[in-house]
Amino acid sequence: MATQQTHSLARFMMAPSVVLLLVWMVVPLGLTLWFSFQQYNPLNPMRDGFVGLSNYALFYSNPAFLQSILNTLTIVVSVLVITVVGGILLALLIDQPMWGQGIVRILVISPFFVMPPVAALVWKNMIMHPQYGVFADIARFFGAQPIDWFGQHPLTAIIIIVAWQWLPFATLILLTSLQSLDGEQKEAAEMDGAGFISRFIYLTLPHMSRAITVVILIQTIFLLSVYAEILVTTNGGPGYASTNLPFLVYQKALLEFKIGQASAGGIIAVILANIVAFFAMRAVGKNLDK
Amino acid sequence: MARAVTTQHKTIATAAAWIVALLIFFPILYTIITSFKSEQEAIQGFNLIPSGTFESYTEVQAQSGYFKFFLNSVLLSVGSTILALLVAIPAAWSMAFSPTKRTKDILMWMLSTKMMPAVAVLFPIYLIFRNLGLLDSRIGLMVMLMLINLPIVVWMLYTYFREIPGEILEAARMDGASLWNEIIYVLTPMAVPGIASTMLLNIILAWNEAFWTIRLTTTDAAPLTAFISSFSSPQGLFWAKLSAASTLAIAPILIMGWFSQKQLVRGLTFGAVK
Repeated sequence: MATQQTHSLARFMMAPSVVLLLVWMVVPLGLTLWFSFQQYNPLNPMRDGFVGLSNYALFYSNPAFLQSILNTLTIVVSVLVITVVGGILLALLIDQPMWGQGIVRILVISPFFVMPPVAALVWKNMIMHPQYGVFADIARFFGAQPIDWFGQHPLTAIIIIVAWQWLPFATLILLTSLQSLDGEQKEAAEMDGAGFISRFIYLTLPHMSRAITVVILIQTIFLLSVYAEILVTTNGGPGYASTNLPFLVYQKALLEFKIGQASAGGIIAVILANIVAFFAMRAVGKNLDK
Repeated sequence: MARAVTTQHKTIATAAAWIVALLIFFPILYTIITSFKSEQEAIQGFNLIPSGTFESYTEVQAQSGYFKFFLNSVLLSVGSTILALLVAIPAAWSMAFSPTKRTKDILMWMLSTKMMPAVAVLFPIYLIFRNLGLLDSRIGLMVMLMLINLPIVVWMLYTYFREIPGEILEAARMDGASLWNEIIYVLTPMAVPGIASTMLLNIILAWNEAFWTIRLTTTDAAPLTAFISSFSSPQGLFWAKLSAASTLAIAPILIMGWFSQKQLVRGLTFGAVK
């Protein structure tokens, strides 16, 4: 049925999307690559020119760089562990027969819809504030010294906020997967005398494995570029204690105007994201063949 | 006997789930409560019962022209979504109904653009926007939001369109329907639910986008993400006002989100989990 005509029509219909995304990907990325080999300062154009790999060397020798990579990975891994483990437990809990399941579901997924600046500021001021926050009230109630979260444990504080935003997402997806588990299989396992733990390990967990993979991959994409949460809480500090790679690049580019170095950092961020993307694409691609 | 155990089980599950759910929801609940307090009350320690004043809401509007930012959020999220749909519907349509050998590759490539970190292109985009005079303009930001969400929109529409059975098209063709009639009377009614879900999810994503909306705006085009971020500067403690601004900023999306849970799962997992 597919004639030459329908094929050219299909191509014509696809063209706007493909062209837009191609331009969106190639032009800015090409410019970043070009800038990463240049000395370029919009405030001081006298010394501009080609500098080879020295931007990469400068970025690399900056002590903030290694710390920012480490912070980036710490955020990604910690949030993933909290949300996946917590998400599985929460999904199992919500899947139990109970009263008001619909409302519980709504309450649990709500944080996902809160825009990042709101989430971060609410936690910073009303929950974690060392003097007036709810945590401080609780600490004082038990006679303990309130913790100065953003002064002493800035990265932990950010991890808690980001985990709070993503736990609902993990829970919702894992719950959806859990609810598609065949009831007959569950009953058969129960009849055979399989306890809760062995049913979980041999039946539920394998069933959820794809959903878990998807949660990990999608969250990783977003967690690699946490930005607003850092901007409105610690601004990367104290020192570089809570600066991740995106935040460091932003500082270099728009605050210090070291465009070359920022671009080198951006290219490193692309490489990091590509390593993750490589695995992501394979996993999502498998699903397409189904 | 068995029944008693079930009821007991159900009671425990209910209690545990409600406690956890309320703990997770607490920061949002407390924000809503604080928005009805006065600034004095807001910093007087833990208190779940506000005096019920609306002064924070009126002050946030009076002092900073809150409504302008709200309107920008609406315009940007709805505008970018409509733009994305206009571009994506034909593409998803053709990939779903006349797939070629390369359809899968194109879809995967589109998805891969979503994985490019925004910071990597921050300066070039900033430069392009400045040179085109697009900094702090709604049109520029609308195009930007359209581009970053386009892959998700194409994907989501594709998974919906793929479920429309091709036989219906052939039957319509047999009955002598022209391509145009086919689209209007046969396909559109079947595609509307998928398009509506995609639209909903995309509005949520665009509303909450907090990198480009903060970096590419200053005042004129600034949406709520940028406005709320301005509360981070420590010029005193305006928690009641922050809470009022936050409540208004998240309420519409929260309600939309509650209604789109299922579509959300599907859209954000690119159809891998339904």
